[in-house]
Amino acid sequence: MASYNGYFLAIKLGPIPITRERREILEKKVCLLSAQKICKSFGKNNVLKSVDFDLEAGEVHALIGENGAGKSTLLKILFGIYQPTSGDINLEGKTVRMKHPVDAIGHGIAMIHQEPSVFEDLSIAENIFTGHFENRKIKWEDLNRKASEAMQEVGLQFSPARMMKGLSVAEQQLIEIASALSSDAKIIFMDEPTASLTPGEVENLLALIDTLRKKGKTIVYISHRLEEIKAISDRITVLRDGEIVGTYQNSEITKDQIIQKMIGKEFRSGGRKKENKTFGQPFLEVEDISIPGIFEHVSFQIAKGEIMGVAGLMGAGRTEVARGIFGITPVKSGQIRIGGKEVKIESPEAAIKNKIALVPEDRQGLGLFVSEPIAFNTTFAIIDSIKKRLGYIDTKKEKKISEQYVEGLKTKCRSVSQKVGDLSGGNQQKVSLAKWISTNPDILILDEPTRGIDVGAKEEVYRLIRKLAEEGKCIMMISSELNEVVSLSDKVMVMYEGKQTGMLAKDEITDVRILSAAHDCLEEAQ
Amino acid sequence: MKSRKLNLSSFRELGVIAMIVIIYIVVCIIEPRFFSTTSLVNILLFFPFLLIVSLGEMIEIVSRNVDMSLGAILACSGYAAGLLFKTNSDIPIAAAFIVAIALGCVLGLINGFIVTRFQIPSVIVTLGTMNIYRGVIFILGGKQIDNSVIPQSLMALSQPKESIIGIPYSVLIALLAAVLLAVFLKYFRAGREIYEIGCNPAAASLRGISNNRVQMFVFTLAGGLSGLAGMVFISRIGYMDPGAAGRGLEFTAIAAVVIGGTSMNGGVGKVTGTVLGCLLLGVIQNAISITGISGYWQEAIYGIIIVVSVIIDNLIKNRLAVSEAR
Repeated sequence: MASYNGYFLAIKLGPIPITRERREILEKKVCLLSAQKICKSFGKNNVLKSVDFDLEAGEVHALIGENGAGKSTLLKILFGIYQPTSGDINLEGKTVRMKHPVDAIGHGIAMIHQEPSVFEDLSIAENIFTGHFENRKIKWEDLNRKASEAMQEVGLQFSPARMMKGLSVAEQQLIEIASALSSDAKIIFMDEPTASLTPGEVENLLALIDTLRKKGKTIVYISHRLEEIKAISDRITVLRDGEIVGTYQNSEITKDQIIQKMIGKEFRSGGRKKENKTFGQPFLEVEDISIPGIFEHVSFQIAKGEIMGVAGLMGAGRTEVARGIFGITPVKSGQIRIGGKEVKIESPEAAIKNKIALVPEDRQGLGLFVSEPIAFNTTFAIIDSIKKRLGYIDTKKEKKISEQYVEGLKTKCRSVSQKVGDLSGGNQQKVSLAKWISTNPDILILDEPTRGIDVGAKEEVYRLIRKLAEEGKCIMMISSELNEVVSLSDKVMVMYEGKQTGMLAKDEITDVRILSAAHDCLEEAQ
Repeated sequence: MKSRKLNLSSFRELGVIAMIVIIYIVVCIIEPRFFSTTSLVNILLFFPFLLIVSLGEMIEIVSRNVDMSLGAILACSGYAAGLLFKTNSDIPIAAAFIVAIALGCVLGLINGFIVTRFQIPSVIVTLGTMNIYRGVIFILGGKQIDNSVIPQSLMALSQPKESIIGIPYSVLIALLAAVLLAVFLKYFRAGREIYEIGCNPAAASLRGISNNRVQMFVFTLAGGLSGLAGMVFISRIGYMDPGAAGRGLEFTAIAAVVIGGTSMNGGVGKVTGTVLGCLLLGVIQNAISITGISGYWQEAIYGIIIVVSVIIDNLIKNRLAVSEAR
């Protein structure tokens, strides 16, 4: 039951107390790394406007701001991935130039990136130690042992010789974290390390960060989750539109104040009035579908206009159910009925024909063509409808449709001909949503729709999901964020290790019940 | 689960071994003459310079490059060594080896410099340098180096009689190169970096590995290996015709590498696979000549084997993907 209790901690994170030794270190206020008047522009787009940032030895410094505020860009400049248009970087009083990540690593900085960047065909041990092998010659036995230790720290138990391929995004992220921790870096940058983790894993990571700061490491932490930031950080810097709004001691600022500073206007928390809606006949009926060894005996029904949340731990089989219904890995047994008619979905093409859309979790890998413009991505799935005679693409129509979605979803971009890869995470997600909504599906499956996007953008996505439901679409939403499952869903299906462990009706949806079912102890909780 | 994955990933090598054995047995049945030490030695003699060039081609492919100039580098280096013998017949063989390998390294380095400095795909660059290097030979004279100039001690390297255990020294040199490369690729940081940049160049860069530096190194090493292959080539053939030497060898090498399971997408490839790939091509080449099938078929058969092995590779990959999704 340990993990069960851990879950509750994760919901109500309080600040982790500061020990005396740490307080002494922090009170010295030794400036370790500082950035002065950093400007960065991509073309005409000024991403950072004269940013001053300083990092004191031993602190956990949180960076927060809406998508596109410039947090990731700042860290990427400090890590040598981007070159600043102007400005200086000082490390322990000396001006340094970070021309390439190799310089930053040489100065004792490690970075955990927002999107895992791993070597799929190489072993886990190699993934952990690449970039900081101790010697020229590699002793694999030693390395594998150390890799196992490093994995243990982040709560993973794979064989270190296993290939990276086949690990989930969360697991890959944890391996990257293990990699950064195993390097002897003094300073660790974490760019949304928790975005793809489940609450249990998040809690594990926060405990790890606490250990790290006790060891005297200095950490910069980007997250959209205020609870985490309040729990873990010493100081908080808020960015808005490429400028620093301010840096605050954690104890001096409340969550509401942080949100206000981020958005620059008054914020309404996205609670939902639980009005009693009634739905008609079930439209999507899934009965007893299984893929042996992956998930078994899953049944649910969704009516038009209904939102079904799907909760569970990472690896519970939620994404796999979605992929099964969408025909990527077709289900082996059971029935799927749409509008009362039984359908066989053996491929994504068949799913699209049946007006099902899937917005995948892994935007960059599966959802989007990042090197193509927004317009191309938005109309990709409806290409037939914008074809002229002889198959020429009607670019005017393409542009018009894309602009409608950019406007409707408030996507931040220069124009619809901008490459999707240049957008921030939240805006990429909006394009990904637009791509599928434009197909006008009856059934919309969303896999982690708000992964890695900020509070403001989340609200917009929520509004959009509700609007789509009101328009009469069946919505299945997989999410690891309890808040959004609770506030959006009309019913919640909970999975645990490939089994369906709960189907909560609207008046039963509470944090506690979802989490109990996610740990397969619903009966005990009742 | 674990054993199954192991089976599937080593399936490739087992498959190549099975093919070698099957072809060997079939040809022995058709033509009993094939079942002899002579033909075994012939197979082995086919393979030293091909193997050495293939090893270079393998690391190139692992690092997401393809080198079309390795045959030309072989010819250049061999020719340079030949000229050396021509001007001074007393020159020690070791010195000729050093000259050939060094020249190979320089020519490879030039490839690497152009590829990394101007960010041009290596296929295009090496297609160009292939012709340039051949051209350079003709500027240097370009006449055939005759048998009479080549020292007997060098030719002896490819004579089974001169060897300790009946295996010619040239074969042993090639196998030694393979073993050294395998150890380097597995146990040295610089060797692992080749796989890392091949597997995910962006991630490697984020981990502080300079893609350009590693690529330069790979081109240089592949060039050096081709230089060594040039020496082995002379010792086997006994003369050096710089126009014909090593012509098209890079294609055979690519075939051997691909058959051996190296992925054209980079990041995956084993020395053992490449050795087996070369052996398979050696068996086929000898089988063709001994069974009296027209030599024109050779290329077509190589082609078929490449396509089939890539198809098998993909099937394995898909099955692996399914089994790992579970």
